[in-house]
Amino acid sequence: MSAAAPAAEADGPIRFYVEEEHPHPPGASTALGFWIYLMSDCLIFAALFATYGVLGGATAGGPAPRDLFDLPLVALNTGLLLFSSITYGFAMLAMDEGARGRTLAWLAATGLFGLGFLSVELYEFSHLIHEGAGPQRSAFLSSFFALVGTHGLHVTFGIIWLVTLMVQVGRYGLIDANRRRLLCLSMFWHFLDVVWIGVFTFVYLMGMLR
Amino acid sequence: MSHTPAATVDDHRQGDRPDRGPHDHADTAAHGSRRGYLIGFVLSVVLTAIPFWLVMARPFGANATVLLVAAFAAVQIIVHMIYFLHMTTKSEGGWTMMALIFTAVLVVITLAGSLWVMVHMNSNMMPMPPADMATMDMG
Repeated sequence: MSAAAPAAEADGPIRFYVEEEHPHPPGASTALGFWIYLMSDCLIFAALFATYGVLGGATAGGPAPRDLFDLPLVALNTGLLLFSSITYGFAMLAMDEGARGRTLAWLAATGLFGLGFLSVELYEFSHLIHEGAGPQRSAFLSSFFALVGTHGLHVTFGIIWLVTLMVQVGRYGLIDANRRRLLCLSMFWHFLDVVWIGVFTFVYLMGMLR
Repeated sequence: MSHTPAATVDDHRQGDRPDRGPHDHADTAAHGSRRGYLIGFVLSVVLTAIPFWLVMARPFGANATVLLVAAFAAVQIIVHMIYFLHMTTKSEGGWTMMALIFTAVLVVITLAGSLWVMVHMNSNMMPMPPADMATMDMG
């Protein structure tokens, strides 16, 4: 078929070499795999942001963003999430130093800031629904609840994961498997803060300017 | 913690484990430093406070404010990527950066494409006054 095969035969049997062969311990590619999961999650949020971008002005004669949003409350939420990001960072530093107690303390602080964020968000949602601005009111509100609610669900599962890991670290210590899990959760947690930058900018701040 | 002199050039975590060779790439991701986290935090606070102030105090017109706020968000996302997510062009042999660039392209296509198509469709729709919409039977 091709000229390559006879030439190879002329040189003797074809040999294959596995380059760079070295042991891959368990979890060697976990960080990359988890990063690719986060990128796929990013696409979910891109679709929700696009939906909100298209439907954000479709208020169907109902309340518009500027009638509903309370910027000081959003600023408080942004601050809570930002504090939870840096406390998680300190948990990772404590983990690097092998200090189990301090790791757990910083993780607990992260979880409390996360709970604070969720409480403020749930208060905002219930307030909106009480005002008759629930997700069924208009396309704007449907897309708003879908986008912000999906982010809130991510934070909820992040907190569940965080508590699970605190139990794991408390029970088994900072073993390699737990360090790997804490690294994945740190990426997840910081990623949620990045998504929140998009939410407070494009939904809340720009909503007030619409 | 016991730092062997050979380990000081490496990730200090590996100082605990002298049996680990340079090819053992379990958990070699950089976790940053206290200073890095604090720099990222201070930058984020500033980059969050300014857009909130721009919208609450409104020193500029609406269009200029939208552009400025979007610019601050873009910068803050990069700050988070560097100081909190520790993104470098070299992490995981460059594959995290490749995945990020690929995702960024998809995100831009999704956002820009949706908005572009739907704005055109919207402008070709039959107009309906808001008053009619408010009384529309929504089942």
